[in-house]
Amino acid sequence: MNAPARSLSRWVGAAALATTALTVWLGLWVTPPAKVQGTLVRLLYLHPPIAWVALYCAFGVAALSSVLYLWRRTRSRFWDRLGASAVEVGVVFTALTLVTGSLWGRPTWGVWWTWTARLTSTALLLVLFLGYLALRRVPADPDVRARRCAVAALVAVVDVPIVSFSVDWWQTLHQRGTVLNPGLTLKVHGSMAWTMGLGFLAMTLVFVWMVLVRYRIEALSDRLGDDELEISLSERWAEGAMGTAVEPTATVEPAAVEPVAVEPAVVVEPAGGRP
Amino acid sequence: MWRDALLVAEKDLRIELRSRVALWQVLPFAVLVLVLFGFALGPGPTTLRAAAPGLYWLAVLFSTVLATQRSTAIESGEGTRDGLRLSGIDPAGVFLGKAAAVAIQLVAVQLLLGAGIVVLFDVHLETWWLALVASALATVGLSAAGVLYGALSAGLRVRETLLPLLVLPIMAPVLIAGSRAWSAAVTGAVASGASWLKILGPFAAVYLAVGVALYGPLQETA
Repeated sequence: MNAPARSLSRWVGAAALATTALTVWLGLWVTPPAKVQGTLVRLLYLHPPIAWVALYCAFGVAALSSVLYLWRRTRSRFWDRLGASAVEVGVVFTALTLVTGSLWGRPTWGVWWTWTARLTSTALLLVLFLGYLALRRVPADPDVRARRCAVAALVAVVDVPIVSFSVDWWQTLHQRGTVLNPGLTLKVHGSMAWTMGLGFLAMTLVFVWMVLVRYRIEALSDRLGDDELEISLSERWAEGAMGTAVEPTATVEPAAVEPVAVEPAVVVEPAGGRP
Repeated sequence: MWRDALLVAEKDLRIELRSRVALWQVLPFAVLVLVLFGFALGPGPTTLRAAAPGLYWLAVLFSTVLATQRSTAIESGEGTRDGLRLSGIDPAGVFLGKAAAVAIQLVAVQLLLGAGIVVLFDVHLETWWLALVASALATVGLSAAGVLYGALSAGLRVRETLLPLLVLPIMAPVLIAGSRAWSAAVTGAVASGASWLKILGPFAAVYLAVGVALYGPLQETA
């Protein structure tokens, strides 16, 4: 991971922390309680932004990077890692959407769960992408795994509109979209609107930061998989050289962090994938 | 592509005819599911009759998982996939052929299950054409989605546990729309039942299209 990317992730992380802290402060202390919902309204500074990140940012990025991976001209491991990172963060945010929604639903509707369109399709989406993560954890050749995961993500994303249409016909309790309603008239007022807007910004920044960090972990663990083999090979050769008493200085330093150019071109794909 | 599809479907069905896995395993399993549902819900005829469409479709879904697992297992023998690739057959044709073979097995499963809910749960279909159209569309969609996911999990050691997790949520719209349409067919509410076909139709079309487009890339090295 190069230095600009690392400092980018640090800056984004700082911005995410700052905006989240500001949202919490505004949401809990500055804004007034709402007329009907009372203090419960404060959960709504977080719930819609989290849902926005989960449903649009995360799975949008996952779908886009899957398409770009499958398209031969843009195929690169970058898209595979980005898609996987986005899905993993997206699963966390989807689960949070369900949890915060449930916490809000219990005092408002009197139940933790109702079988409405949005709840049901969000839950199905969570299961779909948990399946993706399960598929990703199966050890396989990296390219094969990347292709499989890209197809799985695409097929899951294709399923989302069908799921939401099919469950939409039960639509009963849940509110229609408040911010993104047709006509785009903002129905939230004053400081509450500002806080909610800030919440969207904060959660998006948190998402970007988490994806950046996750991507870095993925890239590092890939490199570890490659390097580990080379380091162990060079250590083994060093042992062999010691045994036959040929000058040990000629062999590669075992502790070398830099991936060493080993003599017989070791292009063995790590068959087991990641450790 | 179509000729290739026909060849592959013929091959799969011939293997099935000789091994009789669907006949001796999938069909009895489907009936077993119905009987177990009967045990779970108790012998009250009204409860069973009301639940019958949903139970029917759940049994169909479970049988689809079994049928696709079998369909994938056929290709997982030593060198089988390489042989198929070397034969120069269009991957889209392979996909369509395998889906057709699974669809034909599903038709057999559904005939048996249909008879099963009539006999066991005392269900009477008011508008049978609605149930028939819903089943036909759902069969196409289920077999296409199933074969696509079968290819996705092919060659993995954890295939048996992974495939249901991947494929059952994808098939949820079919379960919803299919059982709604069948409920309508039982009560004779044609208008509300027919509107569910608008989900089953696009589901089938989407998964056929996605399968034709993506089966090739999946087979490249998998």
